[in-house]
Amino acid sequence: MSDSLRDSEPPYLYPDYRSTVRRAPGRELVRLPAEWFHELPGPVFGRVPVLPEDADLTRQHEGEPLGERIVVSGRILDSDGHPVRRTLAEVWQANAAGRYVDPADDHPAPLDPNFTGAGRCLTDDDGRYRFVTVKPGAYPWRNHENAWRPGHIHFSLFGPSLASRLVTQMYFPGDPLMPLDPILQSLPDQRGRALLVAALDLELTEPEWALGYRWDITLRGRNATPRER
Amino acid sequence: MSEDPLPTPSQTVGPFFGFALPFAAGPDATAGAAVIRVEGQLLDGAGDPVPDGLIEIWGGQQFARCRTDAEGAFHFTVTKPLADRDDEAPHLEVMVFARGLLRHLATRLYFPDEEAANASDRTLNLVDPGRRKTLIAISEGAALRFDIRLQGESETVFFAL
Repeated sequence: MSDSLRDSEPPYLYPDYRSTVRRAPGRELVRLPAEWFHELPGPVFGRVPVLPEDADLTRQHEGEPLGERIVVSGRILDSDGHPVRRTLAEVWQANAAGRYVDPADDHPAPLDPNFTGAGRCLTDDDGRYRFVTVKPGAYPWRNHENAWRPGHIHFSLFGPSLASRLVTQMYFPGDPLMPLDPILQSLPDQRGRALLVAALDLELTEPEWALGYRWDITLRGRNATPRER
Repeated sequence: MSEDPLPTPSQTVGPFFGFALPFAAGPDATAGAAVIRVEGQLLDGAGDPVPDGLIEIWGGQQFARCRTDAEGAFHFTVTKPLADRDDEAPHLEVMVFARGLLRHLATRLYFPDEEAANASDRTLNLVDPGRRKTLIAISEGAALRFDIRLQGESETVFFAL
């Protein structure tokens, strides 16, 4: 993998994001020869249960959640541009008021009894995933004075190998909090940051029902990609 | 193709994944005979527990996931996988996610009863001899202990992804 690819990743130590200061490793990471690394097999996924209804976060309770209903969909590709088929995509997010169900979240915004904010799906044969949810609200955090996270959806992705494992966040176009967010700004260049921002897509939009956002994802580890069987 | 597409960059797992990523029996990679219990603690550079970490273990067709608790503690049940090659000792891949980690970290768990195999493992031999012990679990009664130190004097060895 060339250094230009690595450069799109955030550093471990980024003091503007305060939590990195005591958690970033201080020693240099040990580099394994690329051909060793790519021998590592990925896990088997019978373990994480995935039901068809897990992809619709607006239908997990009696009633409908409050907020702007949205469709988020895109393709998961490997670095060669091939679709990553039947791979697990997990998402989690705050509700429309900017509050997570997680008990660790003490932001005094209302919980929504009709929204948990967690979903899973497997990609189809084109590497496509699709979630229905509500647009997550911005919320404050204690990183610095008057710090607010832009609205975002967390994604956890696997792909074919150890090298392709990715946990990241998707942002919404035009959010004025993005330039102020140290987590997004930790990415060293604008190309990388742009890759985390979804696009409004009228093709995905369901008329008179939900706005559609498209977000495509490229997983690394090209040499580890198994040939099609 | 003229230029490879840039991989989608990583962002932190954040503090609020606890309602979404853990799943039933997630820490149990395996059940039945020859099961080994692994216990450990995730610690930061001040030696304080990391109470909002997520550890994943992969290897030999096993996949398991455990959220750290208020003491930074995690546990798994695993089996010792077979080594893939003569110059490798049996090991499990370990991934670490947490608030404050903008990218996840990758390390390995080697087994303490594999002294000869560990001595000839090509990956352990790439690691500074003084730091190899951070990758080898410690026998503690019937269980194995594997603490992960993100920073500091006895920082765990992590591998570049």
